Amino acid sequence: MIHVENLTKYYNDFCAVDGISVDIHKGEVLGLLGPNGAGKTTTLRMLTGYFMPTSGTIRVKDYLLDENLLEIKKLMGYLPESAPLYHNMLVYDYLDYVAGIRGMDKNQRISRIRQLVDLCGLDEIMHRSIHELSKGLNQRVGLAHAMMTDPEILILDEPTSGLDPNQIVEIRNIIRKIGKEKTVILSTHILSEVEATCDRVVIINKGKIVADDIMENLKQSVGQKYFIHLDLLNADFQDVHDQLSRIEGVKAIEKTQDAQNDDLSIRLECESTVDLRETIYQTIKQTSWILIEFHQETKTLETVFRELTKED
Amino acid sequence: MQQVIRICKKELKDYFISPIAYIVISIFLLVTGWFFFTTFFYYNQADLRNFLGLLPITFSFLIPAVTMRLFSEEMNVGSYELLLTLPVTFKDILLGKFLAGVLFVAAALVPTLAYPICIAFMGQLDWGPVAGGYLGALLLGAAFVAVGLFSSSLTRNQIIAFIVGMAICFSLTLIDKMLFFFPSSLLGVIGYLGADFHFQNIAKGIVDSRDILYFLSIVFIGLYGTHLVMQEKS
Repeated sequence: MIHVENLTKYYNDFCAVDGISVDIHKGEVLGLLGPNGAGKTTTLRMLTGYFMPTSGTIRVKDYLLDENLLEIKKLMGYLPESAPLYHNMLVYDYLDYVAGIRGMDKNQRISRIRQLVDLCGLDEIMHRSIHELSKGLNQRVGLAHAMMTDPEILILDEPTSGLDPNQIVEIRNIIRKIGKEKTVILSTHILSEVEATCDRVVIINKGKIVADDIMENLKQSVGQKYFIHLDLLNADFQDVHDQLSRIEGVKAIEKTQDAQNDDLSIRLECESTVDLRETIYQTIKQTSWILIEFHQETKTLETVFRELTKED
Repeated sequence: MQQVIRICKKELKDYFISPIAYIVISIFLLVTGWFFFTTFFYYNQADLRNFLGLLPITFSFLIPAVTMRLFSEEMNVGSYELLLTLPVTFKDILLGKFLAGVLFVAAALVPTLAYPICIAFMGQLDWGPVAGGYLGALLLGAAFVAVGLFSSSLTRNQIIAFIVGMAICFSLTLIDKMLFFFPSSLLGVIGYLGADFHFQNIAKGIVDSRDILYFLSIVFIGLYGTHLVMQEKS
């Protein structure tokens, strides 16, 4: 659907995006992830034709970006970061204006705007001026703007920033619903958002792609170890350390700081080749320690993200 | 072309739903009306010369005030990003905004038609110079709108856009009054650059292709400059 090759963007001497190549398929929800200033917004702006790349090619369907920009714009719906809409217009007037520019006739416009009102929950605010709207409502109007023609490609730049938790869940539901049929590209630095909505993740750092994979693979790909957390009562750290370090596969034992009251919280670092949970339980069973918590730390996207983008 | 009209309509609507249009037009009518009628009966001549003579100076103030927001505001709010990613070309945007500015100037000129109509009742009015005057006013307006658009594209700050636009319009108006500052060999060229000089030619009722060409060139240079500036920004 979208084919990006060697995309590079310089702002004077500063290289914001450095040779990105990626293929995005139809019906995919792609999360573009990266720390602040990694080049996410710049990449999206080039995809939508707002910025011209310094070098590299973007091909959408059969259209080349520098030749058929207008055709590509017709296929795309774009919501920029923080949805900068015209402040002095009414919500209805604004949506009507966008529908007009998108080439819809009068009847189409009314029925489509009605659908979007239901989808984005705008019925209370249709006749209010955009500058009166809260951040979240503004964002929803922006989403309606992006989805006006039911575009094949939807590009969202930090779609949930500034929303309250309920709205975040709503917007994510909308994105997932759209993502079943359409191609969605969204950028964010909120990791749980990617986990909740995306099929595939591209992590960029300092303008370069550092990871590009489906979610499951990505989680497995980094690191050779996992952690087990234990909370014990009636136990002494030295004693615990002695007993548990005898188990084969345990690489290190450390006391974690968040221990409350009398209980002892420890973290075991284990090799990922074996599952040690049973052995650890059997060991604890033979002592007089009281086990009040026992869990394995699953490798979250957060750990992956931090390992890939850490400074060194 | 349809996109141009849609953008133009939206910009015009913006002017007329906010107080800007009414304030600017009222001030324009007050200033021109005052200067025109205070001396009108004193001269005792049935023509519009006083009104038209002052027009380039009033336009130098008013038009940059009208056009200053056209690009600056969009860039400041960020809505320019939304606009440019809709299926429109930059040419559509530029022409739409330019057309909206010109139509606004026309709207401001419409109430002044009351002057020639009043005068026609009082004396023998020669309609030739009046028609020429209004044609010239529109051309002058279009040229200044193009200059205003250009200055608006330079900055996100509307006040700076206004001041730069006003400075350029003023220089164009007054340059042929300042000829004594220039070496004599350049007088012909620089005199020709003056907007007032060309405007007064048309306002006399003589529609010369050279004067029309002058205004159209200013329009073209202004719009092309805007195009270059905005191109540079992406």
